Amino acid sequence: MVGNKGISIWFFIGTLLLIYGLIITAANIYEYFSHSMERVIVLKELNFGIWWGILLIIIGLIYFISFRPWKKK
Amino acid sequence: MVSNLSSHLTFLFAGSSLISLGWIDSLIIVIYFCFVLGIGYYLMRFTKTGEDFFMAGRSMTAWIAGLSFVAANLGSLELMGWAASAYKYGILATHWYWIGAIPAMLFLGIVMMPFYYISKTHSVPGYLKLRFGEGASMLSAVSFGFMTVFMSGINMFSMALVMKVVLGWDINFSIWVSALTVMVYVVLGGLLAAIFNEVLQFMLIWLGALVIPIVGLIEAGGWNGMVARIQHNIAGGDYTHLWRTMGSAQDNPMGIHWTGIVFGLGLIISFAYWTTDFLVVQRVLAARNLRAAKMAPIIGAGFKMMVPFIVILPGLLGLAIIPGLVGEDVAKVTGQHSFNEVLPLMLARYAGPGLLGLGVTALIAGFMSGMAGNVSAFATVWTYDIYKPVHKKLSGSEGTDAHFVKIGRWCTIIGVFVSIGTAYLVQHFDTIMDYVQALFSFFVAPLFGTVILGMLWKRCTKAGGFWGLFAGIGSSIAMWAWVKIDPSALRIIALSEHAKDMAENMYRALWSWMICVLVTVIISYMTKPKPDSELVGLVRGCTEIPSEGDLPFFKRPIVWAAILFVVFLSLNIIFW
Repeated sequence: MVGNKGISIWFFIGTLLLIYGLIITAANIYEYFSHSMERVIVLKELNFGIWWGILLIIIGLIYFISFRPWKKK
Repeated sequence: MVSNLSSHLTFLFAGSSLISLGWIDSLIIVIYFCFVLGIGYYLMRFTKTGEDFFMAGRSMTAWIAGLSFVAANLGSLELMGWAASAYKYGILATHWYWIGAIPAMLFLGIVMMPFYYISKTHSVPGYLKLRFGEGASMLSAVSFGFMTVFMSGINMFSMALVMKVVLGWDINFSIWVSALTVMVYVVLGGLLAAIFNEVLQFMLIWLGALVIPIVGLIEAGGWNGMVARIQHNIAGGDYTHLWRTMGSAQDNPMGIHWTGIVFGLGLIISFAYWTTDFLVVQRVLAARNLRAAKMAPIIGAGFKMMVPFIVILPGLLGLAIIPGLVGEDVAKVTGQHSFNEVLPLMLARYAGPGLLGLGVTALIAGFMSGMAGNVSAFATVWTYDIYKPVHKKLSGSEGTDAHFVKIGRWCTIIGVFVSIGTAYLVQHFDTIMDYVQALFSFFVAPLFGTVILGMLWKRCTKAGGFWGLFAGIGSSIAMWAWVKIDPSALRIIALSEHAKDMAENMYRALWSWMICVLVTVIISYMTKPKPDSELVGLVRGCTEIPSEGDLPFFKRPIVWAAILFVVFLSLNIIFW
């Protein structure tokens, strides 16, 4: 937001994190079930990608909803 | 067509690499580039006047200005350079985040910001012009211009190195894609686009880089497990204590005595950088009111204190988990991995599909935020502090606002291209950071002497300011040249025969600052000062600072500064 005009930067951030979260979660869930890991990573049994993707979705949603431009003031 | 494209990409991405990105990772990176360009395009509609383009309309909240303040500094030196330095020097590298940043940032917010903000200056050289006249301002502006393009070059080179190591991308390809992207969004949206993207980049840096310390600590068995591994890998060396080994230069891997860290780094270099380097100060000047301007560096200090978690800790974890990385010179001969590559090596170790793309995006974001910071600050200083006075002298007219916005956009373009040219020069030092420190001590340390005297001492005169700054910069360059010609001179400058490069930079900054202050004071006493009436809004004692007495206790900047200072002291004691 510039002054009181326009879309807040936090909305852009929320949108980007939401998109990233969805992509990363979906990709890692697919990896988990398909066992198609092309590249070996350390501690893959933690399924860190899935948890991190969910975290991004939560943070993204908070910003996306809180700073949506169509929100009534 | 397909085969042509394929062969073209093979050329661009040629070379050995740690990993290859999956299409998910590539998608993450492509989306990032679309977003930053989209934000630049969106903000173009709000960038009409010079105040919009160069100062973001002075409408930023404390949080946005504060995050941007830190993000502009999160360039390649923060991510790649300091992870590498942590691998080389151990936890001592944290000094650059704590004693080398926090006191100075708090001082900027509480003591200096009122004068910068009340004077309504558009830049640090602009403040010098108001306080000392054209000479000191021009000297500062020109030296700043050189420093920013060098910094941009460092950013670009580091970014290209990461892309080469991690992905096998051609160095030239990486430099040109990132540089042109930054150029487009800064040209479109000016400082506003730079600041907004810096906040976005700050979030991505944290969320992309946090993967390494979290999973790394799990693998190493927590902090104690990591320390035990380091002690096992490097017998006899202490890499995990901040102050315990600083009693003598020969007892620590950095080869520096504690006086160099406390006085050279803590009192001179950090104060010089965080309070007078226009790259970071510009973000705070864009705040919407004085309280926001005072809070922004304090908020920035809070986040700065946490940055070692994503930068230093990965370097230490690398020391524990992947020992045996060598210096750049050895790596070139033997083909081993260099410790400059520790961060991408750790990223490749832990990041799965998508996360790898996010981590690489975090690195790119870091480089681009630093680059955008340099470019937008360069455009402002070049336009307002160098071009504008020259234009006035030559044409006899002030020039229109629209004209200077146009010049600012051209300066952005020229700045990017000059930076690209310097990117290839940054290959002479053992670590990238050593080079940056050398640059800081040439220009910024003496500048701090001039600004702080100008702000706090009303007896300081125009001639004193100019000649002090001139002597400080000159002496710094002379000391640097002396050591280059005769390396044994290092023991004289750094006060120890065990001193290494980093110690030289600390002490050279200290001496050049002292010479600047000494010359300024002597010349000031020999010349006539300005009357108090001409110093209103510029100098302590002649300027009325608005009271904060009507603010609730928890909203006062001084309260938050005090809290952060206590946290800073506590961290130093915990990791003593």
